[in-house]
Amino acid sequence: MTGQAGMASMVVDVLPELVLVAGGVLVLLYALIAPQRAQPGAAVLALGVTLVALAVSIGMLGGSESLTFFATYARDRSAIWAKLIVLAATVAVIGLSVPWFRRDPRHGEYYTLLLYSALGAILLAGATDLKEFIVAMLLSSATGFVLSAYHRRSSPAAEAAIKYYLIGALANSALLFGVALLFGLAGSTTLGGLSSGLPAQGGPALVVGVALVIVGLAFKIGAVPAHAWVPDVAQGAPAPVAAFVTTVPKIGGFLFLARFVLALPPDAAGWQPLIAVLATATMTLGNLACLWQDDVRRLLGWSAVSQTGYGLMAIVALGASDLAVPALLFFLLAYVAGNLAAFGVVVELRGRTALSDYSGLARKRPALTGALAISFLSFIGVPPLAGFFAKVLLFAVAIQVGYAWLAIVAAVNTVISIFYYVRVLAPSYFDEASAPVAVLGRWAAWSTFASAAAVIVTGIVAEPFVRAFTESGLLIR
Amino acid sequence: MLSAAIFIPIVASVVLALLPRRGASGPAGERRLQLIATAIAAIPLLLIAVAWLRFGSTGRFEQVEALDWIPTLGIGYRVGVDGLSLPLAAMTALVFVVSIAFPVDLKGRPIAYFALMLFLEGVSIGLFLALDLFLFFVFWDVSLVAMYFLIGAWGHGDAQRSALKFFLYTFAGSLPLLLAILGLYLVTEPRTFDMAQIIRQQPLAGGGLYAVLVFAGFFIGFAIKTPLVPFHTWLPPAHVDAPGPASAILAGVLLKMGTYGFVRILMAMMPDTWAQFALPIGILAVISIVYGALVALAQTNLKRLIAYTSVNHMGYVILGLAVAGTAITGQEAARAIALTGATVEMVAHGLITGGLFLTSGAMLARGGTYEMDQYGGLLTRARSLTGITAVLAFASLGLPGLAGFVAEVQVFVGTLAIYPGLAAIALFGIIITAALFLRMLQKLFLGALPERWKRFPDLSRVEAAALGVLVFFVILIGVAPAWLLNVVDSFAGPFVGRP
Repeated sequence: MTGQAGMASMVVDVLPELVLVAGGVLVLLYALIAPQRAQPGAAVLALGVTLVALAVSIGMLGGSESLTFFATYARDRSAIWAKLIVLAATVAVIGLSVPWFRRDPRHGEYYTLLLYSALGAILLAGATDLKEFIVAMLLSSATGFVLSAYHRRSSPAAEAAIKYYLIGALANSALLFGVALLFGLAGSTTLGGLSSGLPAQGGPALVVGVALVIVGLAFKIGAVPAHAWVPDVAQGAPAPVAAFVTTVPKIGGFLFLARFVLALPPDAAGWQPLIAVLATATMTLGNLACLWQDDVRRLLGWSAVSQTGYGLMAIVALGASDLAVPALLFFLLAYVAGNLAAFGVVVELRGRTALSDYSGLARKRPALTGALAISFLSFIGVPPLAGFFAKVLLFAVAIQVGYAWLAIVAAVNTVISIFYYVRVLAPSYFDEASAPVAVLGRWAAWSTFASAAAVIVTGIVAEPFVRAFTESGLLIR
Repeated sequence: MLSAAIFIPIVASVVLALLPRRGASGPAGERRLQLIATAIAAIPLLLIAVAWLRFGSTGRFEQVEALDWIPTLGIGYRVGVDGLSLPLAAMTALVFVVSIAFPVDLKGRPIAYFALMLFLEGVSIGLFLALDLFLFFVFWDVSLVAMYFLIGAWGHGDAQRSALKFFLYTFAGSLPLLLAILGLYLVTEPRTFDMAQIIRQQPLAGGGLYAVLVFAGFFIGFAIKTPLVPFHTWLPPAHVDAPGPASAILAGVLLKMGTYGFVRILMAMMPDTWAQFALPIGILAVISIVYGALVALAQTNLKRLIAYTSVNHMGYVILGLAVAGTAITGQEAARAIALTGATVEMVAHGLITGGLFLTSGAMLARGGTYEMDQYGGLLTRARSLTGITAVLAFASLGLPGLAGFVAEVQVFVGTLAIYPGLAAIALFGIIITAALFLRMLQKLFLGALPERWKRFPDLSRVEAAALGVLVFFVILIGVAPAWLLNVVDSFAGPFVGRP
């Protein structure tokens, strides 16, 4: 793969990424020159960029699967599906952001950050090299910090962003140490090089290196032990940003975690029980923290943590089950759609967050309450919603690879989760309404309803997705 | 045809939910809406009646309608009937028509109420007709959510708490069920959720720890729904606080999902493991029979009393199933009788207890309480209420000539042949039930009429007609059960391998 023709074909491999890079610059330039009243135009521009990237990515679904850029970046269908989910989620978040930031005098560059944060997640999903991985992590994290603090004068937002930043800095430096250790052991930074170069019999250096990288990834996906930022950001950051950073980076983080564990020597590092323990801790902690939560946004944050715990079940099964990759991708699809719908409701309700403010909501805003109910029921795993199907696949792969106890833990957690989701839904439906309910407007409503519709449709019409996911490779060499 | 019976009420419920609210306001609007909903609810009943006429008693799944759903994972939309599911689907449709027609306090939300009831009708019928484990589970879970909202929004007393308890308990039951379904699915070869194929494959025929774990998952799931002691604690509060028609459906239809699952899935797909545990299951059933009856005897609250008799009656069903599932050769005739009796008990209990809950709803609407001590002497004021309640109560205690007797006598005949000891203990349940129903009738309708019930209104024409339909079938099955028994027997005989 050298010479002009080789370079040209490699550029084609990252066309969606290039669209985002160029589009981000374009949006920034527009934001600089456009007058204040024309700032929302940046949203339209960003929307256009995202849709173009989406269209280009769809066009790549038919291509062959291989690594590109000297085995540092995967062009497989898992990566493309991750791209599609990231970009679709970004479209929804742009829809949520338009009315939310309308009053912010200069917010054009917000959309540049959003596009680059999405790009970070996309790079993470395709990375097959530890250096590539670090760049993607930093791009995704740095943009995430700024986005969380976008309301400069809001102290909850600043507090959340500081916490996000501090935990992120810690996790990212842990990760750098881990990468250095693994590089030293394997003599290579590509995942293919790791899988052949790492000592098959293990050893303390390998275990520490793997553990440190996993800590870094745990930060990205909001898993124990680096999960503590999630509830704060969910509560304090601008609501559309909360919707974004609790969903989109997770997609990239999960995909890289999957590739990473596949590159490890099967018996040496003991990653399977480690991930199983992290999954248990993450889902249980997230659930317990939700139980008496009186703040809906904080509840959504903790519920995002517990959902990550369920998703980790697919990682445990990787390499041992033919359904692990479909389970992971379908989980991400269901989770992202459900989470966007739930946060979308909060955005459309102008950030309304106290549990008591949801009493009687169904009588005033039946459609919005319906979207919230669909999202929550999907999180619980009620058929025929997407979340149910995701849980079926996750339970199945756990049982299949001999981790039935993990499936039982997840089932017990599911029952616990009913309690707090219903704590929001029951008063919304059964109590009398009090004050009138103000909403933001059409853009946010459409985003929310589209996400809720996706939860229903991908659940009922699951076949095309399941088939595509079954045929998706997850390459490391 | 069968699919239409499932989806016409579901589609109608969606259309109804999108309807403008203006047409349904005021008493006249509510009455019109109730009439429309009842008419829609009757369509599945007609369709199932036609299916009954076309039923060939072949002992196999008939009138099968199949469609690929998620073929990559072996999931299909498959529905059909046999001698087990057809009577249950018919009973379900009938109980729904009657319940939807029955007057109830709509609390200003008529559209949502009727939409949910119609939705639940389609889902419940779908569960009994489903021939795919995945589809079965979808209907199973969705029915919980619909019932949760019915209890929470239109219930009384501590409705929200009871609704949550119902949701938590039954969902907790549905998760072991889901794990067990997946456990079974993963050992099928090729992997499939198709019930007929799994029954043919018998993937867990070898037994072993894995089979026992899968069995335990199914058993807990179905036992909570049935409910079998000690998994019954969700039932009394849910029944008491639910609106009358929802209680009727909860007892009449939703409990049958558990007992139906025992037969359709557990006994059919894992007969060896069932036979291995038949005696412990039988003992658990007898405990349910006696315990349910004793606790019912101690109740002063009418609805709690009926709720506990459900525990008692479901005990007869499980006892019949335990007997039918013993792999004792040479006793096929007795086992077939027990299975037929258990199936007829499911149908009879649906009609009888559904009716009793509707009459208790009528009592609440008039008297404002379920406490039996508050009533008395109503015979003189409310003759048709008295008559209908009396017939249903006698049917429930197993008086010959009524539906309950036909069912229970067959269960006992089968049990005597195989577990005579259990049959002897279970007989106490019958005696206690007789006592408590007689006492209930005496407290409500005999004795002196309290001063404040001097104007106690009798059943309205709609209420009497709705209950009359149920009473008609209770008597019909009691005096001329052949049309039902033949259909059930076409399933039960081949199922136990009767020559």
